[in-house]
Amino acid sequence: MTALALRLPFRAFGRSAAAPAALPSPPLGVTAKGIVKRFDDRGDVLKSVDLDFKPGEFIAIVGRSGCGKSTLLRLLAGLDQPTAGDLGAVGHDGDPRVRIMFQDSRLLPWKRVIDNVGLGQKGGWRPLALDTLRQVGLEARANDWPGVLSGGQRQRVALARALVSRPGLLLLDEPLGALDALTRIEMQSLVEDVWRRQGFTAVLVTHDVAEAVTLADRVILLEEGRVALDQRIDLPRPRDRSHPDFAALEGAILHRLLDRRD
Amino acid sequence: MFRTAFFLKGNWVLALALPLALAGGWELAVAAGWANGRLLPTPSAVYTALAALAKTGELAAHVQATLARVAVGFALGVLAGTFFGAVVGYWSAARRFLDPTLQALRNIPSIAWVPMFILWFGIFETSKIILIAVGVFFPIYLGLSDAVRGVDRKLVEVGRIFRFSHREMILRVLLPATLPTYVSSLRSGLGLGWMFVVAAEFMGAEQGLGFLLVDGQQTGRPAVILGAIVAFAVLGKLTDWLLAAAAARLLVWQDAFKPVE
Amino acid sequence: MSGRRDFGAVADRLLPWLLPLLALAAWEGAAQAGLISSRILPKVSDVAAAGWRLTASGELFTHLQASFARAGVGFVIGGGIGFGLGLLNGIFPVAEKLLDTTVQMVRNVPHLALIPLVILWFGIDEEAKIFLVALGVFFPIYVNTFHGIRTVDAGLIEMGRSYGLTRWELLRHAVLPGALPSILVGLRFALGFMWLTLIVAETIAAPSGIGYMAMNAREFLQTDVVVLAVLLYALLGKLADVIARALERRALAWSPAFQNV
Repeated sequence: MTALALRLPFRAFGRSAAAPAALPSPPLGVTAKGIVKRFDDRGDVLKSVDLDFKPGEFIAIVGRSGCGKSTLLRLLAGLDQPTAGDLGAVGHDGDPRVRIMFQDSRLLPWKRVIDNVGLGQKGGWRPLALDTLRQVGLEARANDWPGVLSGGQRQRVALARALVSRPGLLLLDEPLGALDALTRIEMQSLVEDVWRRQGFTAVLVTHDVAEAVTLADRVILLEEGRVALDQRIDLPRPRDRSHPDFAALEGAILHRLLDRRD
Repeated sequence: MFRTAFFLKGNWVLALALPLALAGGWELAVAAGWANGRLLPTPSAVYTALAALAKTGELAAHVQATLARVAVGFALGVLAGTFFGAVVGYWSAARRFLDPTLQALRNIPSIAWVPMFILWFGIFETSKIILIAVGVFFPIYLGLSDAVRGVDRKLVEVGRIFRFSHREMILRVLLPATLPTYVSSLRSGLGLGWMFVVAAEFMGAEQGLGFLLVDGQQTGRPAVILGAIVAFAVLGKLTDWLLAAAAARLLVWQDAFKPVE
Repeated sequence: MSGRRDFGAVADRLLPWLLPLLALAAWEGAAQAGLISSRILPKVSDVAAAGWRLTASGELFTHLQASFARAGVGFVIGGGIGFGLGLLNGIFPVAEKLLDTTVQMVRNVPHLALIPLVILWFGIDEEAKIFLVALGVFFPIYVNTFHGIRTVDAGLIEMGRSYGLTRWELLRHAVLPGALPSILVGLRFALGFMWLTLIVAETIAAPSGIGYMAMNAREFLQTDVVVLAVLLYALLGKLADVIARALERRALAWSPAFQNV
């Protein structure tokens, strides 16, 4: 594990094109065909997955633990390479059009909040970083150390860091999984808010079917390394969790998810 | 499984490549007459010197003398370090009374005491052993007192709930919880013991590996010096390994013991 | 009630000073009364007088300067090489496989044992002492730099890579700051080893320096100067520790461990 840590940074990753800080990337769709990912110790985690995400869509990927949903997201981010298949335009490590938010915030503890947001930015990024912090409601904490923030605040800083380069594709790897229920709902509406304002394509991996139905245009269910369900959610936004249609959709997806128990 | 084994093997080859190449290269260079091996003797010359010393029984006598000093000094240092470390860690009154003074003394590099020790205890065994003991004392004192103080409060509370006596608290809570730190302090203490026996034997000794070092220097025999250095390294590693192995058995007993409770 | 608590607080403050003050008073009293001969332990006042005498003559300053120069140069060389090699082996697995085992093998040698060999190589000139100090400083810096880099959170590096940081930026913003706490621990150890090595080296072969002053005084039975030298060592050791801690507090201001201080 530790040996891996240091071998990583010096693999080839020179593909990042120098993009000016403030120019937003247009929404980036994903067209992937026949994606297979095999690990030596776990076998085929993904068995031929096809994806077609339209630019600007909000996609949620749900599934049981170990169904390969996080692996799929890591492939889209270019953190791992697929064993076989074609990822189209994405899947390049360090691609400035694609940003990923992790389950743990992964803020650099030795950089102040504002410098974490501006990580990797060139030129006069400070005003933009401050503006992005304002969007997540943390402008006042710009000069604090990440160590003094709460878990929810850290994730908001991580969101600002992902947004500051105005990505065309935002990948969210269960970023709300470790938060308490109330903070979670607040964060969900924040994510929906910035998505509606900025118009990027969003791919959210989550355990929580209600969260998926709240946020997504389409919910994709992964099962044993394959797409088992692709459910369109046509409810008006912002969505009301107590609405019967919401409950019906959530119930249907949950039912499908629990179906193959044995 | 096969892959990792193969990988490890590859690692060893790479790891030993450099020292072997250097030693072999030097041996070759001197044998061919390209370099003069007087200041830096070749491995074979060191081996010859060690073999000669071993044959006359000198080497064994020196090793024995040094080992005896380290053993006595280490034992004294461990006893004192364990006693003060445990007392200072367990009783906060003792901590407030003793710890500042011991911390102040710690700032004096143990070696600095050498002239004082010579004045107080003479130039013979006593001052050597005390020097080693003082060097061993501090890591053990610091390690143990910190470890005792750092024992998980929850564990101590469990002990209170069960109304453990002082004795039970020490035997059943504090001792097992501090053992890992204590073992690593013992190991660093032993390392310092080996360092200080060198310094102690420099002060003037008729026997011991340190004497061999000084003798080699004064008679201009670098091969003997290197031989003594190698002996130090081997003995240091060996004793550390023995200590670690003994401790591992103790710690295994710990693990096996816990689930029974 | 509050009076009692105040008294308790004052007693708490005074308790740490009790032992040193008692010891000092007992020492001076016993020496004044002639209970201990000045050959064993000089009067406190004699030590102060010796300090004043040597300061006035400029001798103390000369020795301090000589020691500081050796310590400084040796530290920069040994620390620089240790840091560089730690960085190299921490970052490049190939370098680690090739070099780390060799370094670890050499580390088993108590570096003081190299003194006779170094004297044979360099004579008793400055180079010998600087070489020894550098050697003493090298290992703690190397080991802790290497360990620090190896234990940097892999998730942070992955994040940096994914956020388009270049190699250099990754090193500067993620790897080095992450390794810094460990490197600073190494620095503190290194400062301790620096004094220790210097004392031994100066005791054995030097025409100047604090170690020379102490050894020389011992030969002439000037106990007051010997005690003065020991106190100076304590002071210098403490100074190095204070500097290292201040550096830590400044450089690690982000760490929660330092935020509530």
